[in-house]
Amino acid sequence: MSQNQDPLKGYCGPARACLESYGVRVWSDVRLVNAAGSVFEGVILPRSETFDDRHISLKLHNGYNVGVHVERVASIEGLGYKEAVYRIPEQEFPSRPDLPSVSLLGTGGTIASRLDYRTGAVIPAFTPGELYGAVPELADICNLTTRKIFGVFSENMGWEEHTALAEAVGAEIEAGADGIVIGHGTDTMGHTAAVLSFMVQDSPVPIVLVGSQRSSDRPSSDAALNLIHAVRAAGHGNIAEVQICMFGPTSDRYALLHRGTRCRKMHSSYRSTFRTVGDIPLCLVNTESFTVINEDHVPRDPGRKVRIDTRYDDRVTILYYYPGMKPDVLDALVDAGYRGVVIAGTGLGHVNKPLYPAIERAVSRGVHVMMTVQTLWGFVQMYVYETGRELLQLGVVPLDNMLPETALMKLGWVLGHTEDRQEVARMMQTPIAHEITVREPHNGYLILQGGLPEVDEFVAAHWK
Amino acid sequence: MSETFDYAGAGFKAGLEVHQQLLTEHKLFCRCPAGRYTREHDGTVLRHMRPTLSELGEYDGTALMEFKTRKNIIYLLNRINTCTYEMDDTPPFLVNERAVDIAIEQSLMLGCDIVDEVHIARKQYLDGSIPTGFQRTAVVGVNGSIPFRGRRLSITQVTLEEDSCREVSDRGHLIVWRTDRLGTPLIETVTGPELRNPEEVEQAILLIGKLCRSTGHVRTGIGASRQDVNVSVRGGRRVEIKGVPKASWARRLVHGEAVRQVNLLRLRDELHRRGFTEPADLGIEHRDVTELFRRSVLPALRREAWERWVEAGARRPGFELGEGPFTVRAVRLRSLAGLLGHPTQPGRDFSHELAGRIRVIATLDQLPILLHDGAWPGVPGAAAELDGLRRELGCAADDAVLVVWGPERDTVTAAEEIRLRLEDALDGVPSETRQPFADGGTDFERILPGPDRMYPDTDSPPQPLEAPRVRALRGALPPPPWERETAWGTLGVPAADIDELIRHGGALLVDRVVEEAGADPRLACFFFAERLKGLRREGLPVDGIAPTVWVELFRLFANMLVSREAWRLLVTALAMNPGRALPEIVRELRIGEPPAGWQEGLVELARTARPDHPDGTSAQLRRYLMGRAMETLRGRVPARTVAEVIVREMEAAP
Repeated sequence: MSQNQDPLKGYCGPARACLESYGVRVWSDVRLVNAAGSVFEGVILPRSETFDDRHISLKLHNGYNVGVHVERVASIEGLGYKEAVYRIPEQEFPSRPDLPSVSLLGTGGTIASRLDYRTGAVIPAFTPGELYGAVPELADICNLTTRKIFGVFSENMGWEEHTALAEAVGAEIEAGADGIVIGHGTDTMGHTAAVLSFMVQDSPVPIVLVGSQRSSDRPSSDAALNLIHAVRAAGHGNIAEVQICMFGPTSDRYALLHRGTRCRKMHSSYRSTFRTVGDIPLCLVNTESFTVINEDHVPRDPGRKVRIDTRYDDRVTILYYYPGMKPDVLDALVDAGYRGVVIAGTGLGHVNKPLYPAIERAVSRGVHVMMTVQTLWGFVQMYVYETGRELLQLGVVPLDNMLPETALMKLGWVLGHTEDRQEVARMMQTPIAHEITVREPHNGYLILQGGLPEVDEFVAAHWK
Repeated sequence: MSETFDYAGAGFKAGLEVHQQLLTEHKLFCRCPAGRYTREHDGTVLRHMRPTLSELGEYDGTALMEFKTRKNIIYLLNRINTCTYEMDDTPPFLVNERAVDIAIEQSLMLGCDIVDEVHIARKQYLDGSIPTGFQRTAVVGVNGSIPFRGRRLSITQVTLEEDSCREVSDRGHLIVWRTDRLGTPLIETVTGPELRNPEEVEQAILLIGKLCRSTGHVRTGIGASRQDVNVSVRGGRRVEIKGVPKASWARRLVHGEAVRQVNLLRLRDELHRRGFTEPADLGIEHRDVTELFRRSVLPALRREAWERWVEAGARRPGFELGEGPFTVRAVRLRSLAGLLGHPTQPGRDFSHELAGRIRVIATLDQLPILLHDGAWPGVPGAAAELDGLRRELGCAADDAVLVVWGPERDTVTAAEEIRLRLEDALDGVPSETRQPFADGGTDFERILPGPDRMYPDTDSPPQPLEAPRVRALRGALPPPPWERETAWGTLGVPAADIDELIRHGGALLVDRVVEEAGADPRLACFFFAERLKGLRREGLPVDGIAPTVWVELFRLFANMLVSREAWRLLVTALAMNPGRALPEIVRELRIGEPPAGWQEGLVELARTARPDHPDGTSAQLRRYLMGRAMETLRGRVPARTVAEVIVREMEAAP
């Protein structure tokens, strides 16, 4: 792959000129002497475009990296050339007739990887053979096939990707997979899980999304254990829904299976970042057993026929309300051609009065305006206060305890089916996969408050 | 001991890696307070480490070894000194700039060239000592040197890095770490392998320690500075003695290692002589012999005794305890009779090398870890059991045999480690890290990692160290210890005092009071070395007194507004009342303010005291009178003035 690459990758300005003048390039093994007479022996590394253009990056023979300022370079002598070889050792993934077949679909997140020790770059391991080399435990769980659907960061997932993914899931199920695992970046995993819950219905087998919060090039990564848990949930678990499988606590103890429509990434970096909101998780899974937590789930049923329905309209958005919001924000969305707006309102589902005319205008132009709560927990209840009642009169559709992100994905999917006001409202308010729950159990809302003696005592007595 | 060993002849070489914590308010990559240690915890995390494939699709040797141990790792957290960064649940924040400044300053003291752009790297450690599985570390200085015994000792590099966790316990498969120390900034100073004998090693540790401390910007106290000593002899390999806590331990440890390497080379020669040169030449077999020892006279080899040991130690399955049933595993070593008893370090033999590897990697830690036929226990009946074992294994007379015991899977790992260690023996000295003991011995800690375990930290941007910043730090450097030693030594300050001043920060105070209050350097040295040490010993918190206050105090002395005898009163008051202004204290103690009528009182005292001391000489009487008088006049009237009055009175007396 290097033939097509710039031999001075990432270098520009004075640093590039300096390297050129000494006739060395990226991956050259050099002996560089600076103005103070210090000798640096090592390999010239490619330089990130975001770094400055005055330093040369070297990986020293002792493993450390340093940057040398071009103005202090006294001489560079090329000693050799050591190009990185991007290759992962492949071993054939063993097949055992007694194990279920699991299909792993890749979207771009790195579940397992090899590290380029010189640049720190992560080379994804993805084929069954590569994965077997990195996480050999998988071979004791299932017969694994893999399929790379696309390679994007999770923030770059969009409707096209969701559609392709749903279709791929359908194809794998049709082909007889006993379970589907989807490797996915964690940032928008919740969105993908939600939309798949609508696009892939009546699945006979588990569909499990998994990712990692510490990349797999780190010894402390959660990736391998997450993958093991997810493959177990897909191959041996009994819950045939779209679910997210990620660490329960931050310790290496167990994973939780969260329903795709009801969960959310709640911490930017913690391992145990996913939480079921407004309900309890489906199941606890570790390397040995399953403990069902929520009995109200769809069990595995090989006889059931999967339905794939990927119609969508991507002209939908979320409007996160804040005090002092001006109506021109909504007007602008309507004028830009948006067909559906999910408002994340305050409290029970409120916005300020100045927004009323804009809402009225939106509705009159055929835009579907939905109401959810930015508190995440709890129901939209628009009959309690006058504001709510007025908003209802304006044509706002309350979505009970549907999460704002889930509502957005569902609205896009629904608008792919109908534009009829009443039908849109009916479809939005009729749950498909528990995106609206009938009731909220009291342990569905549980955010322990640190600092309270009894809470601290509880936390101290358990694995974090 | 050292006298009988020809270090030069053996091609002895040693170098140091001196770790010194820096005195910063916060840790290196997060905003937790540094230097706050706790004994309690309010949270625990359980983790495991998994090696990552290296560039060539292989695992780093250390990483693989540490993975083989299958350790359960527990971290004890305390929210006072640990945040989600230490738990590896939050990426690093930007590096602590104060720590970078101190690292530059230290590098300059060591005569280093400061790197132009700092790149933070990750150095993998899979023993759990750092929850991320790697230490963040960066080269700050290179190519330095310091004067040492009439030559120059080269400083290869100075790195800035985060300190690791403190080990709480390590039993079987469970290792427990406390996270309070984790993330404290420290520098590692690496010297060239130029130290010629154990004495030089000790001296170099002391010198670098003194140099580090001379800026006053490093931490002191237990654990604030630790050194690794790298030792090799000709034909041997670099072995790192890790975490030598005191310079005084270094001599025996280094000597012991030199002897060990020479002995391992002799063992290699003996193996070669017996025809073992390649791993394939070794005939090593192992077998489960649990049944054979079911009713053994040796308690360690009986299941019930082992179970009692497990119970007594509260070893839990899934935590401390390994997998599988209790197993006694015998290992037959073809034609290696007698070699397990081959001496290595003083008081230890080759079987200890095997035991160390088994303890660390197979985590079999019930003493004595292994039994071998060269030192089989002498209890009645044991010899017969050994004969039975040899028969069972079909041992020839020149075969050696040993047994290990514990959970089945660990005994298999142990047998494999024995094979690997013997393969290393064919080659001489394996590169490894060894832990030191107070008796001068060392034991295996881990395989010495190679450069393969280092890779760039993609979480942290490279940071240019601009020339003006380095210039400013260079301009503010204190004189190096050797310059002070010359300058103050010439003034007649005792060497021990100079050492004390440099190591405990007094030197910087001497500089201040000399420069800013015009104090006499010799007097100031005496004051900050001796007087202050005395008060510190009495438990007075004198180190909390700010340098500006010392300057004020010396100005008072210099202007003769107070008597020199007042120092004790004043320093005590300052130490006990931090934050109070000196003039206020001076006023309160009425320092420099002679009590009304003090001269009359003194005359009276001189007269009335005389009859009590009819036999006294005049010198004794004078001393007595001085003592009595100063009880009330100390700090308020100069002693010289009091003495003048007393002498005058005595002379005036009939």
